[in-house]
Amino acid sequence: MKVGIPSVLQSYTGGARTVDADGATVAALLLDLDARFPGIRFRMVNEANVLRPHMRVFVNRESTADLGRTLTPDDEVMILHALSGG
Amino acid sequence: MSEPTIPPGSRAFEPLGESPPLDPHRHEPLALDGLTLLVGTKKGVFFLQGDGEREAFVLNGPAFLGHIVQHAIVDPRDRRTLLIALRTGHLGPTVFRSTDFGRSWQEASKPPAFAKPKDDRKSNVVEIVFWLTPGHVDEPGVWYAGTSPEGLFRSEDGGDTWQPVAGWNDHPNWVRWTGDMKERNPDGSPIHSILIDPRDRRHMYFGTGSAGVFESNDQGESWHLLNTGMLSPTGPDPHPEYGYDPHCMTLHPMAPDLLYQQNHCGIYRMRRPEARWVRIGDNMPREIGDIGFPIALHPRDPDTAWVFPMDGTDVWPRTCPGGKPAVYRTRDGGETWARLDRGFPARAWYTVLRQSMAVDSERSIGVYFGTTNGEVWGSTDEGEEWRCLAAHLPHVYSVEVANFAR
Repeated sequence: MKVGIPSVLQSYTGGARTVDADGATVAALLLDLDARFPGIRFRMVNEANVLRPHMRVFVNRESTADLGRTLTPDDEVMILHALSGG
Repeated sequence: MSEPTIPPGSRAFEPLGESPPLDPHRHEPLALDGLTLLVGTKKGVFFLQGDGEREAFVLNGPAFLGHIVQHAIVDPRDRRTLLIALRTGHLGPTVFRSTDFGRSWQEASKPPAFAKPKDDRKSNVVEIVFWLTPGHVDEPGVWYAGTSPEGLFRSEDGGDTWQPVAGWNDHPNWVRWTGDMKERNPDGSPIHSILIDPRDRRHMYFGTGSAGVFESNDQGESWHLLNTGMLSPTGPDPHPEYGYDPHCMTLHPMAPDLLYQQNHCGIYRMRRPEARWVRIGDNMPREIGDIGFPIALHPRDPDTAWVFPMDGTDVWPRTCPGGKPAVYRTRDGGETWARLDRGFPARAWYTVLRQSMAVDSERSIGVYFGTTNGEVWGSTDEGEEWRCLAAHLPHVYSVEVANFAR
């Protein structure tokens, strides 16, 4: 499926704003992303397997923090980050 | 209010914009050489390259623009490997490495991360990689990292993969010593000042802002407190077992039984095998006090040290006392201190953080520091005269001296 990558992570994808990745859950999708773009997952998900503050995953335009949420191949996934800080 | 000016003598300053920002994932033609100051800032890392005489310093960078760089340091064992601890406001903490003088960078394939607890405790999460220390000279490739919250990590492959030091991270007293997670310093509560005894790689120290100073004699398998003699900043008991805030600690490379410490509450010295801190900051002028973050040692003279005091009165402004920047130097192990302020502006209101003062090892020692308002200052005559080497940088978090060998 297509995954939207925010600007803060595009250094991992060679500048690509949209990449392909697979997974039956959000967690599996992020692991697949990491296999394709090493290091990208740990910048988004901490060692307790929790999405880091300010990072957001949208599935079909609905925000989810549940990494166990199931996905189907037709789902549209976007990773975004909050516009916070200075 | 008048605009701040760069004082006379700052001829070395190269304006920003001379070199483009360096993308951490692209191989840019940065090739560091000779004496270089590594300047970690809130918005990236800068490189101030000195000429052979230290007359001119040319500014390169930033690399990792927009990343919060807590520490950038060269490996003194090969003088070509660089490690940088960073994160952004949104992305998690990590470590980047260069083994070719900064030409190319690789991210650690396994950055510092706490292990999953073996019991039902909540997992700890590394928020900041704060401190990097190269290992003992007999262990090439070994590095240590201190994090916030208080984690200690070790790499045996030059910083590519990091393993938790279980003797500390899983210590049964970890929660008791490090305190309630809800009351952490908003800027983090890190492990810092990781020191390796040059005579014995198993002998280590580190400091924390929550508990104090720790020592290990078995390369981190076990740890004990080393706080006797310090004054506690909080609580009714001025001398509790733990609860101290050693801002910066260092040992002398030629006299490793000698430890110096700039504490939240004073400047201290310890001569081993004694295990008692002596407050040498009591010899500082009363109107200045002995509060501050950094302390730097003369690499060849164990009795010479430099500090940069800050205002610790009433609400703790943490700025230069009276708004008058000054370095203080002792030549006699802290018995007396001399004010060194020639070259500084008459008024400035910055702070120098714990990782932001460093020395070189030239014949006449160079002393350097970075400020929270984005200036880097240097002296090439051991502090007698100062000049601004760079200005208008972001908030400086760290300054380290590298002497690259190409």
